[in-house]
Amino acid sequence: MSDAIIEIRNLCKSYRSDKGEVSALKEVSLSIAQHDIYGIIGLSGAGKSTLVRCMNLLEKPSSGQVIVNGNDLMTLSDRDLNLQRRRIGMIFQHFNLLMQRNVLDNVAFPLEIAGLRKKEARKKAYEYLQTVGLEEKAKAYPSQLSGGQKQRVAIARVLASSPEILLCDEATSALDPQTTKSILRLLKDINERYGITIVVITHEMAVVQEICSHVAVLDHGKLVESAATEELFRAPKTAEAKRLVFSGSEHILDMTSDRVVRIQFHGGSAYEPILGNIVLETKTPINILYADTQTVNGAAEGEMLIQLPEDEEKARRIVAYFEEKGLNPREVKDHVKSAGNPDDH
Amino acid sequence: MLSQQEILMIIEGLRDTLIIVGFSTFFGYLLGLPLGIVLAVTDKEGIRPSPAVYKVLDLVTNVLRSFPFIILLVVLIPVTRAIVGKSYGTAATIVPLVVAAAPFIGRLVESSLKEVDKGVIEAAQSLGASKATIIFKVLLPEARTSLLVGVTIAFGTILGYSAMAGAVGGGGLGSIAIRYGYNRFQPQILWPSVILLILLVQLFQVLGMHLSKKLDRR
Repeated sequence: MSDAIIEIRNLCKSYRSDKGEVSALKEVSLSIAQHDIYGIIGLSGAGKSTLVRCMNLLEKPSSGQVIVNGNDLMTLSDRDLNLQRRRIGMIFQHFNLLMQRNVLDNVAFPLEIAGLRKKEARKKAYEYLQTVGLEEKAKAYPSQLSGGQKQRVAIARVLASSPEILLCDEATSALDPQTTKSILRLLKDINERYGITIVVITHEMAVVQEICSHVAVLDHGKLVESAATEELFRAPKTAEAKRLVFSGSEHILDMTSDRVVRIQFHGGSAYEPILGNIVLETKTPINILYADTQTVNGAAEGEMLIQLPEDEEKARRIVAYFEEKGLNPREVKDHVKSAGNPDDH
Repeated sequence: MLSQQEILMIIEGLRDTLIIVGFSTFFGYLLGLPLGIVLAVTDKEGIRPSPAVYKVLDLVTNVLRSFPFIILLVVLIPVTRAIVGKSYGTAATIVPLVVAAAPFIGRLVESSLKEVDKGVIEAAQSLGASKATIIFKVLLPEARTSLLVGVTIAFGTILGYSAMAGAVGGGGLGSIAIRYGYNRFQPQILWPSVILLILLVQLFQVLGMHLSKKLDRR
């Protein structure tokens, strides 16, 4: 892992409201490695938007440190902060394009900020439009574009300031699943091509799965868990993370069973008839409570919840067999409850 | 029917009105536009909040706006004399009109700028735009249609005020309408002047709206 490009230390943010102080972030610390795609996930109101907006000081933290590229942002003058911000791009849920400028001039805007002449700025802007595949819309106005196209323009605009970091604040939340996929692909491409570190804020687990290499789970303003994405999917530790990972599996709550084991497939094991073999070998029917396959970071990740037989010996043999096949079996009696019931932990 | 002399007088009145209102609107914006920008920027939701500056300007604006124009005209006589050399005549009416129009225009500009989407301003901030860049490349251009509508409103209001210019010997259609229509009861002069005033306001309204629509890319 390379050096941290973003370092958040003991970040707190509270707002004054009619009902008194509301604390949006509580002692959040995290560090994001260079070239990483880092996801911050949480339910709405968890404080993730506030957190990402602290990373370029659109939101002023109440206390703590935000260190980007080795600079403590809170100690910078307005001028220096603006210079730093040019290296920290941001895209938004509602795109935030200049509505009275055409697409080309929107992309040229950061170049004008950097002091380029209009003609030169436009020429360069056109190249960035080509990067996102929208050069034929150069003369159109944002109101004439679809959501996905608007986000592409926003991405081209952010690229034009040659940032080292790209903050995405719910950048795909206003888009349909198809468009979301194509935007995520573009982001991944940008990450690989330009080496830009990307921070993704989202409430959708699918977004994290698709592109993030690391993920942090935020809950009620606290960072409750952070790990490599595969790791979090394989073995979420906290109830909040489990709830996000198993968000589709509330229905298994109804199933009552003494012993349930969770197994995981990845890579090749998904092609072996493991369950078939185990039934043949132990001569015991097994009950599948839940199964799902997801693509995490380009690799297939499968998981299943298997109800074990009453017979101790047979149960032991099944677990041993899973272990032998590298399926990482874990008894998950407690997760069944905590996955669906937030108050049960 | 009107005599040729009367027609000539009305045409001269129209010219005077256009001069008075044109100059007043121009100088009104010269003062009112910066005022509106400062109000919008220093407001607590603005890009550089400054409660002290905002409160002072807010108060001054409100005080000036509460003056009935006809009173302002009288109160400002020494100022007018200092600026244009005399306290009566067409040029002399421009001074109080500007003083009355500037705070009004300031408010129009302030409200136009506050309509600009906060998200767009944040996007500019996140790109490292300075406050001046945000004012001149984001706030003003993004608010341009609303600003243009403001100009037509300001023009109409100043035109209304200008009718009182006759009180200090200023020219223009309004003053003709009062002098001939009210003081001498000559409706054949009153009505053409009034109708011309109405047409003038209508014309500018239509032109302004058309231009603002044409320039709107949303």
